[in-house]
Formats: sequence, C-alpha cells, structure tokens
Amino acid sequence: MTTAVKPVKAPNTPPLTIPRPHNVLIVGVGGQGVIMISKVLATLCQEQGFEVKQSEVHGMAKRGGAVFSHVRFGEIVHSPTIPEGEADVLLALEWAEGMRWMPYLRQQSGTFIADTQRIVPPFACRNRTRGARTGYVGETIQTVMEQVENSFALDAMGIAKQLGVVKAANTVLLGALSTALDFPTEAWKSVISKFVPPQTTKVNLLAFDAGREWALGFDRESELRNIKDTRSLHQESTVEAGADYSRVEITEEWCKGCDICVKFCPERCLIMNEKLIVEMAEPELCTGCRMCEWLCPDFAITVHTPNHVPL
Amino acid sequence: MAKAGTAAFAPQGSKEGTNNNTDVASDVKPLMGNEAIARGVWEAGVRVASAYPGTPSTEILENVARFPEQDIKAEWATNEKVALDVAIGASFAGVRAFVAMKHVGLNVASDSLMSMTYIGVNGGLVLVVCDDPGIHSSQNEQDTRLLARLAMVPVLEPSDAQEALDFVKQGYDISEQFDTPVIVRSTTRLSHTRSLVRVGERVVPISKGFVDNITKNVMVPSHARIRHPRLIERERDLAEFFNSSDLNRWERGGTEYGIITCGISYSYVKEVASDASVLKLGASYPLAEALIREFCESVDRVLVIEELEPVIEETVRKLGFEVEGKSLFPRVGEFSPSVVREGLVSAGLLPVAKSTPGLSPEPLARPPVLCSGCPHTSSYMALRAINARVAGDIGCYTLAAIEPLKAIDTCVAMGSSIGNAVGMYKAGTENRPIVATIGDSTFIHAGIPPLIDAVYSRADITVLLLDNHTTAMTGGQDHAGTGVNLRGKQTERVDFEQLIHSLGVKWVRKVDSYNLGNLYKCLQDAVRHKGVSVIISDRPCVLDPVKIKGTSFTVRAESCVGCQSCMNLGCPALSWSGELYDGHNKVEINQLECMGCSLCAQVCPSDAIYLPTEE
Ligand SMILES: Cc1ncc(C[n+]2csc(CCOP(=O)(O)OP(=O)(O)O)c2C)c(N)n1
Ligand code: SF4
Ligand code: SF4
Ligand code: SF4
Ligand code: SF4
Repeated sequence: MTTAVKPVKAPNTPPLTIPRPHNVLIVGVGGQGVIMISKVLATLCQEQGFEVKQSEVHGMAKRGGAVFSHVRFGEIVHSPTIPEGEADVLLALEWAEGMRWMPYLRQQSGTFIADTQRIVPPFACRNRTRGARTGYVGETIQTVMEQVENSFALDAMGIAKQLGVVKAANTVLLGALSTALDFPTEAWKSVISKFVPPQTTKVNLLAFDAGREWALGFDRESELRNIKDTRSLHQESTVEAGADYSRVEITEEWCKGCDICVKFCPERCLIMNEKLIVEMAEPELCTGCRMCEWLCPDFAITVHTPNHVPL
Repeated sequence: MAKAGTAAFAPQGSKEGTNNNTDVASDVKPLMGNEAIARGVWEAGVRVASAYPGTPSTEILENVARFPEQDIKAEWATNEKVALDVAIGASFAGVRAFVAMKHVGLNVASDSLMSMTYIGVNGGLVLVVCDDPGIHSSQNEQDTRLLARLAMVPVLEPSDAQEALDFVKQGYDISEQFDTPVIVRSTTRLSHTRSLVRVGERVVPISKGFVDNITKNVMVPSHARIRHPRLIERERDLAEFFNSSDLNRWERGGTEYGIITCGISYSYVKEVASDASVLKLGASYPLAEALIREFCESVDRVLVIEELEPVIEETVRKLGFEVEGKSLFPRVGEFSPSVVREGLVSAGLLPVAKSTPGLSPEPLARPPVLCSGCPHTSSYMALRAINARVAGDIGCYTLAAIEPLKAIDTCVAMGSSIGNAVGMYKAGTENRPIVATIGDSTFIHAGIPPLIDAVYSRADITVLLLDNHTTAMTGGQDHAGTGVNLRGKQTERVDFEQLIHSLGVKWVRKVDSYNLGNLYKCLQDAVRHKGVSVIISDRPCVLDPVKIKGTSFTVRAESCVGCQSCMNLGCPALSWSGELYDGHNKVEINQLECMGCSLCAQVCPSDAIYLPTEE
C-alpha cells in the first residue's frame, strides 16, 4: 500500500541553499521550443538535487498559439504553477509573449530575458483600413528596458546565425538564462549535451557560451543609449479619421451577371441579386482594394477612394 | 507519438507475481502526470489497455504502449465507449484492464459504465478520466465526479505525479476488493506537470479466467434488481474503508480554520497556507464521513477548496456542518495559487497582499490557428465561396470558425455535425445549401450512425469528410482509417469510399484538398445533388505524423496589390511586408514557415505569388 508522498530527492543531494522555490517562466509561440528549454532546465535542477516541477499545457500549443512552461525548483515545491508576480526569471522566446506574461515577473528582483524576435499572428493583420499597421504589441525594447531593471533583450537568432547554426538560437537563450541562475556552467553543458543531437553538440555548446558571454557583457546603460531596434508594430493607421471611405459604383446596364467580382471580392461584400446584377451588400466591409473593378470583363464597376483618381 | 520501442523509464520485461527489486534510490525519475499514470498501469500488472485520444489524457495510452507488447496489449479504440467495452471484456476474462479518456469521453462511455457498475469486476478495472478546468482544449468543463456519483463509482484524486502512479495501483486493489470499477480523476494541470516519481516493479496477479455467474454478468431486469442494493452497500463499505485509508490525509495545523481539499488544489493550498490544518482527500467519492466529521469538529471554521463543482462542499454541508466553499472560490475555471490566495483573503484568513502595479502591457491576441499548409484551409475557402450553412465538428478544423476563414456556423460534440445538418434540413428554414464538415477520426468516432440516419431519412445535405489521415488535434494519433496501430505497425484499414457507398450514399467523390478549383466545383455539384452527397477532401496533415514541407512560395512585391485575398486563408506564413500599394498592405511569405501548399498562389488574383524554382 502507498504511503503519504514525501518530497523525493535524487541521491547525493548537496546542501540546499534556496529557502523558497525558485521560479522560471518560459514563454513563446507553438513550435519555438519552449518545452525543450524547460525540459533542459528541469533536468538540470533535478541533477543539482532539487525537487522540481515543470508544468505546461498541451493541446492548442503547436498550432501557433501561445505556449508557456512553468519550472519551479527548491527543497519542497508545492504548486506546479508560478503565482502571479513571483517569477524570478521570465524567459521569452518571442517579444509579444514576453509582454503577455510581464505581470508574472517578480518586481524589482525579477530578471526578464527576451528574444527580440517578433512573430506576427494572422489575427493581427485583420485591420483592413488603408495604411493600417498590425495589431502587434506596442511596447518597444526601450520602454521595457527603462521600466524593468533586470532586463535583457537579445537577438538570439542573429547570434546563432553568426555561428552558422540558426537552429541553435534556443541554446543561445539557455546561455543567457544561465547567468540568472546559480548553477555551474559545466552542469549546464552536460545537460545540454544530453538533449541535442550528438553531431550538433559542439555548435550548441558554442552557442551556449555565446549567449552566456552576451549576457555577462551586457551593459544596460550603453545598450539603452544605442538601441537600434525601435520597431513598434502596433496598431495605428496612418490615415486620418474619416478619410478612409471607398465607394463602389456599379453600372447596372453593363453587368451581365458573370459572378466574377462576387467570387473574387476578398471581403465578400458583393452579391448577385435576383436580376443577376451585382449589388453592394456590405459597404462597410469594402476596403477599396479595386479587385472588382480590375476583374470585371465589362467595366461595370468603378471604385472611388479618396486619394485615387479613377482611370 | 508512441511507436514501437521501450521508454527510458520502462524496464525490459517483468515476471509474474514477483517483486524483488528494492533498490529504489535509483528509481526516481522525472515523469509527467500522464507518464506516471502509464507507469502505474504497467506496475499494477494490467494486461489490456484501451483509449480514444483526447487532451489532456492522450499521452497516457501512448506511454502505456511503450511497455513491451507481451506485458500489455494497448490499442486505440474507435471511441470511448468501445474503449471501455474492451476493458470490461478483459475484466470479464479475468485480467486487470485499463481505460483512459478525457472528461467528455466519459459521456460517450457512460452508457456502458452505468450498467457495468452493477456488474462489478472480475479482473480489476480502473478508468483514468482527465478533466479540463479552465477549458484549455475542450468543449466544456464538466466535473467527472458528478457522473461518478451517478454511477456510484469511487473516485481517487491524486495531487501530483507520484500519487498518480500510486493511486492507479491502489485503484486496482480497491476495484478487486470492493468489486467495483474505479475512476482516477486527473486534471490538465496534473496530467501535464512533470515531477520526480519513485517508481516500482511490475507485479501481475494470477488471472482467474472467466467466472461464470449469470446473475452478476448478465444485466437483465431481474438481475439488475438484485445488484442495485449491492451497489448501495458497496458505497457504504467504501466510505467506511476511506475513513481509515491512507488515501486521505489529515495534516494538523492551527484550529482557527481548516481546509478540506483534493487533487491539484491541495498543492495550491500548501503553497499559500502552508501552516493551515488540511484534510487532503485522496478519495473524493464516496466521502469518508467519520473522518470529515472529526476534522470539522477540530477546527472553528471549515473551508472546502475544490476545482469546479461543489461536490465535497455539499456533502459536508449535508453532514450538518457550516462550510464555505464556492462562496469564496469560483465554480468555473482553473485554480492557481493566486485564486486560492484571493479566496482566503476574502475569507479574512490571509492579509491583503500589497500590490504595486508594474508593467502590464495589453496582451496580443494569439489564438491557435490552422498550420501553414494545413489541408483543411481550402475546404473552408471553398465552402465560403458556395455560401453554405456549415455544421461543424470537433478537430483542428474547428479553428476555421474564427477569423479570417469564419466558415463554420455550429460545433457541439464529436460527431454532431451530420445529425445537426439533418435537423437543419428537416426544419426547412434554410435556403442555403447545408453542409456538415467532419474529420476522419471524428467520423469513425461518432459520424457513421448519423450518416446512416441522413440516408435513411433522405436528408438533402452534403457531408465534407476532411481526411487528413490522422487525429491531428490531439497530436497525430492513428485510427482505424489510417491502417497503422498504436505501436506503429500495419493493420487493417477502413476504406472510406467503400464504407460510405455501402451505407447507401449514392453520390461520393474524393478530391485533393490542395486543388481549390476542383474542390469548389465538386462542392457545387454535391449541393446540387438531391439527397445525401459526400465529398472526401483528401490530403495528409502537414504536421503529424511527419512534417511535410515543400518548397516555399514567394510574393513578387511589385505585382502584389494588397487585396488581402491570400490573407483570408489565415495561413500563419503570410503577413504584411510593411510596403503599401495604394494604402493597402502588401504581403510577404515567411520562407521557414511556408509549407508550399500553393493555396495562396491559387487565390491571388494578380499572380503575385510564385515558386522561385519556376522562375
Ligand atoms: C468525446 C470526445 N473525445 C475526444 C475528444 C478530443 N478530440 C477533439 S478533436 C478530436 C479528433 C480530431 O480528429 P479529426 O476529426 O480527424 O480532425 P483533425 O484534428 O485531424 O483535423 C479529438 C479526439 C473530444 N473533444 N470529445
Ligand atoms: S473594392 Fe470591390 S473587390 Fe475590393 S473590397 Fe470593395 S467591393 Fe470588394
Ligand atoms: S495539425 Fe494538421 S490538421 Fe491540424 S492544423 Fe496543423 S496541418 Fe492542419
Ligand atoms: S503556399 Fe501560401 S498558403 Fe501555402 S503554406 Fe505557403 S504561404 Fe501558406
Ligand atoms: S492575393 Fe496576391 S495581390 Fe492580393 S495581397 Fe495576396 S499577394 Fe498581394
């Protein structure tokens, strides 16, 4: 029969130095390798003699959705998830995901490490007004570095590319992460070697060193002064309010009901009426893309937009 | 994907009736809750295991299948009821049997469960049912304990991976001792959390073989009348047993208040109120009433902290104690340390946490989407073009309900689409063509009876069978339509065309999902056909079981007029390039992401999308 569960420790457990569980939250987008990174970390923690819990949610994850993994280690770990505001490290593989989980970061003492990579979901390209920007988050590297004391933003992919292995970007991030946790470098490397394909061990260890060196050599002040990457992709239209109207003019006598414009209108705002003549059904959806005008074999459609003179 | 082979944590082979390995120190392994359950199943000497995939339970059977075939026969069933029936059959035959499913799977299996609970077991039978509080990947968040109570089947609720393994093994002992099936209830969080687990050896009980006993094994009215009172006795005996069982644990603390909790909630309680008196219930049905009484009397105030329904709370209240539960802790959603803390704060038991607002950016909406190159995309593009009323079903393709495809009007439960379409047709209010869309795995699960119904009732509907050769939503499991079994070996394969013909459908056609024009024309023909028509849209999933990546397409920037036709596919490889044409965003293709399905090139009216190799 089973007995009550005691915290399980690996053999040869060294004396523990952490009074409370240490919390690392790893976030990104499906397919980026969040789970792999957290497995490496969890294995390392276990080998260092800690109880460790690693929690993730599968399911929607690989279809481009947000993915996160909580890793907690210490003498005793109860909750598998990190309470809000208690992540000692927030490691983001994608910028907007880092922003999503920001409230989980421990204030003042928490470390934020983010890849500057931006993955813009199709959902963020839904604003069809002229001159629209994507609905991506507005926070730039600068705004975050100014407000979060221990913050690191790196181009892991770029660093990996310099080493000639794009695929080692996650190992670069592990190198950066290693500077925020007090484990021996050799222990990190030995665990990483177990997880990567044998023929790539060497480059991955180089990538780890590169990430680590980058973080150790990071100088916040000079970085803030020289930020090159000021991209903000967030939603704002360059068009003045009210100026973005478009109007589709249909010359009924010329329409022969071929249905081409109806089928090709990207916004599906045109319909064929009972008389087999095209009609504008959803004027507010029309973006003025002119597709109907160009495709009509009988020149029955003219699209009027503010800054475009009809041919 | 679990394929033939042995997991790192699976020792080779085992001996019947032996347990001689005591060197446990080296047997501590990091296991996910689901892996621990699988390990427990193997250690308990189970001989037959069955399941139908469903998040978060899927990895259980996949991991069971990593143990040697001579130890345990593990196979995907066509649905959860079949899975349970297979397990019941094995139990009849005298061996320990196992079945796993997600919470809604138990609805499908419940018909068998409600009667087999009268019969009891010969070989032990444990069902692991995984609930999904917070609805991470499901259609609802029903609480399995309510169904278990209806079936009068005991429920064990582990709090971590170690207990998951231990409770499964204990479940078999209880099953055989009390002649009952046993439910071990997991939740998403437990199933998908990895922690250290001390593993043991496999012990296989000697099989009793089939035991002839007609009044017990054959549920007809006269026999069921005899068995029902036995059930009530069994419930009482189990409650008595749980009073002293080590499944339930009393952790003594202060007397000001005490917390009764179970499952994963226990870990949150320990996180935020480590000194409190806690009664941790490993068995949440039937409840150990004497133990609970004693606990309630030992403290001034009793709180019940349980996810979802107030199952324990209501029972404790019936015992005559004033308890607080759902007044403080929500009845919906997943718990977390923060939720438990907030509840205890509003109960006045914890101080209000000081919070200084930090940086909290507006989060970016990033819903899951169909993969780049997903073969489902074109089917819904074509459906939009014929302006159909679309009854949807459950699978990856349900994602076509949201922007930008927005081509599914309903989604109820596995297999509902076809029946729903029949009903819409019968209502006679719809002047658009009525189309049901259903995946291959879902069709096998629950789509065949309603298709027969459609033929039988002469419904004028079209069924679009989305055959991507896998159960993609849950991670790419094989099924009867793929011809491959759980261990990756060849087996018999359902021929969909033949099957559908044989049901009496006169109009069946198969098309390549990547040929949008064909698909569209075929759909037009199908909806014109009076009666039931079936189109099989055929293309393998590009993600599972193997990634299928072709040459990437490219946008010729000078030809793109920013019309957004391609963006309407919702392919995640497409995004705005930053360039504008007449104020409209031009498009670019992420070369690493594009799978080369050619759909965007097919829809682009200005021929801006091309294969670089063809230039
Ligand atoms: C009763 C029930 N069992 C299992 C599930 C989990 N589940 C959701 S979708 C799905 C199968 C999807 O497969 P398929 O129909 O082939 O579509 P695909 O995901 O491959 O596109 C399963 C098993 C569920 N939702 N309900
Ligand atoms: S301009 Fe024509 S094709 Fe474009 S959205 Fe408007 S109606 Fe549709
Ligand atoms: S996993 Fe397969 S079926 Fe599901 S969205 Fe991706 S490609 Fe489509
Ligand atoms: S060909 Fe077009 S639609 Fe297909 S995956 Fe590539 S970008 Fe997406
Ligand atoms: S469909 Fe063609 S023209 Fe229209 S936005 Fe896409 S690439 Fe540009």
